[in-house]
Amino acid sequence: MASSGAPIIEFRGIRRTYGTGEAEVRALDGVDLTIRRSEFIAIMGPSGSGKSTAMNIIGFLDRPTEGTYLFEGQDVSELNRDQRALIRRHYLGFVFQGFNLLARTSAQENVELPLIYKGMGRAERAARAAEALAKVGLQGREHHDPSELSGGQQQRVAIARALAGDPEVILADEPTGNLDTTRSREIMELLVRLNREDGITIVMVTHEEDMAAHAGRLVTFIDGRVASDRAMPARRAAR
Amino acid sequence: MIWETVRLALQAILRNALRSFLTVLGVVIGVAAVIAMVTIGQGSSDQVTASVASLGTNVLILRPGRAMMGPGARDDAPEFRLADAEALNALSAVAAAAPVSSSTLTAVYGNANATTLVTGTDTSYLDVLNWSVVRGRGFTDPEERSGAAACLIGETLRQKLFGNTDPTGESIRLRSVSCEVVGLLQVKGASTFGQDQDDTIIVPIRMLQRRVTGTTDVSSIRVALAPGVTTARGIREIEALMRERRRIGIGEDDDFSVTDMAEISSMLTGINNVLTGLLSAVAAVSLLVGGIGIMNIMLVSVTERTREIGIRLAVGAQARQVLMQFLIEAVVLSLIGGLIGILLGLALAYVAAQFMAIPFAPSLSVILLAFVFSAFVGVVFGFFPARSAARLDPIEALRYQ
Ligand SMILES: Nc1ncnc2c1ncn2[C@@H]1O[C@H](COP(=O)(O)OP(=O)(O)O)[C@@H](O)[C@H]1O
Ligand SMILES: [Mg+2]
Repeated sequence: MASSGAPIIEFRGIRRTYGTGEAEVRALDGVDLTIRRSEFIAIMGPSGSGKSTAMNIIGFLDRPTEGTYLFEGQDVSELNRDQRALIRRHYLGFVFQGFNLLARTSAQENVELPLIYKGMGRAERAARAAEALAKVGLQGREHHDPSELSGGQQQRVAIARALAGDPEVILADEPTGNLDTTRSREIMELLVRLNREDGITIVMVTHEEDMAAHAGRLVTFIDGRVASDRAMPARRAAR
Repeated sequence: MIWETVRLALQAILRNALRSFLTVLGVVIGVAAVIAMVTIGQGSSDQVTASVASLGTNVLILRPGRAMMGPGARDDAPEFRLADAEALNALSAVAAAAPVSSSTLTAVYGNANATTLVTGTDTSYLDVLNWSVVRGRGFTDPEERSGAAACLIGETLRQKLFGNTDPTGESIRLRSVSCEVVGLLQVKGASTFGQDQDDTIIVPIRMLQRRVTGTTDVSSIRVALAPGVTTARGIREIEALMRERRRIGIGEDDDFSVTDMAEISSMLTGINNVLTGLLSAVAAVSLLVGGIGIMNIMLVSVTERTREIGIRLAVGAQARQVLMQFLIEAVVLSLIGGLIGILLGLALAYVAAQFMAIPFAPSLSVILLAFVFSAFVGVVFGFFPARSAARLDPIEALRYQ
């Protein structure tokens, strides 16, 4: 892993518009943002301010309409679908508000999913998945289906899945949006630990100040622009 | 990676066992129908071929009247006589000519009785028909000439009258004649026309003429041609002789017919093949419909599994991997359907063969063809849904409820 503190994600004048003419929506309207390796960033902002749009572009699920996206210093604004899939596969992990686990599929198999696409053999996959599940505190639950797990546990499985592929960045769009306060706090503590102990860069969207307080930096979006960007003195990110 | 994908496809299929089963039902039925049709068709074809063999090779049948298959009317052509058969026997083209006269009679033994076909003929008959006696003996020339009451019985009749006991030496009654069973005939099976050839009694023709029918008529003559004699030449010589004997003038039509049984049988085989072909075509259409069924449900499955596809794309699956996954799933699914269909079709054909009393004749090439065809159905009808899965936008797919 490259040295901590080097820029890993850089947005320069990123715009993302939907529709054309009268109906044009500027979801992102000229965003400049630099995220450094091993940072833990919280993104806040009113609904419709472009947080998810930004996350999708950061996560190579979407492309900017205009502007430059540098990932590890490389211009990736023009990558095609397959190239973006490869970056997701090798550098990124996703955690969604709705967990997005495969139904009728054990925790173990859910966690193995990204590893299959990494071309890993069965034995190694199983070992990695078990390790990731242990890391999120789910040892012994490997063979449970999502339907047999609580919301908090399901989100842990999702984090284990994001983790198993050994990503540089974990992107979490409202990861605690469906959880109660206690579960939310547990998930946040887990993310903080991954950031501190493993130096994984974490970008998280949240609505709750409490959750954002776990991050080292808070970026606020309003109307598709960055309205404020400040370090959080209370908590520090991984050194 | 391909095995991995196949394994995952199997998992996905088993995860939804009921839906998977309903998906392939069309293919199962289609393949089962094709396999059953072809197997039954082949069996009845074999049956025809076997019955051709049971006619004896190079056998012709002479009958009085214009055409054998004519509508009932026998005109007023005179019947044959025993002398006609003797004259035919004298031809060098003829190996043997057996006169035949038959009558449907009730045979009685003790308390048992059975109505059966009684054929009067001479000693060459069994040779002409390639038939033999498995127990006891055939009747002798002297017995034939004297019209002795000696009879040969077929296996079916033996079962009806004697069960499994040895019939030889016993006497059965035909009308008022008490007839000694001298031999038991080898099992011959069903004829080309489906009659049980073992439900029969063979007696010296003179016995039948004198003591049962009371005429000297011979209703047909079965002729085996000598080795090396072509059917055409045989027919020509026989016709010439019979025209002379029956005093038919030049320019007049024959008042008898000579039929080549092998020809009729091959015609029946032809009809049989056409029927099998037609039924198989119908079955193949149902296979096509089955394929469309697979496509339909796979398309539904793409919609249902939109979110799954989104998740796979998010964790780094490329479009072609999603395509392969769905395609392989469709192929594995239709192969499973094909396999079940093959087994079901064979089972159906087996049961049908028992009922129709025809041989069970599974054909490896047809089974392989059905298997390959089901894979093909999977590829063709799996492709469209797989492509629409691969084209999904990951964000849309993830958002899908
Ligand atoms: N696929 C889309 N088509 C059209 N408009 C969209 C689409 N996705 C997002 N938007 C619009 O872009 C703006 C930003 O949306 P989003 O990034 O989801 O906001 P947030 O996550 O901050 O609530 C909103 O006005 C939303 O309606
Ligand atoms: Mg959002």
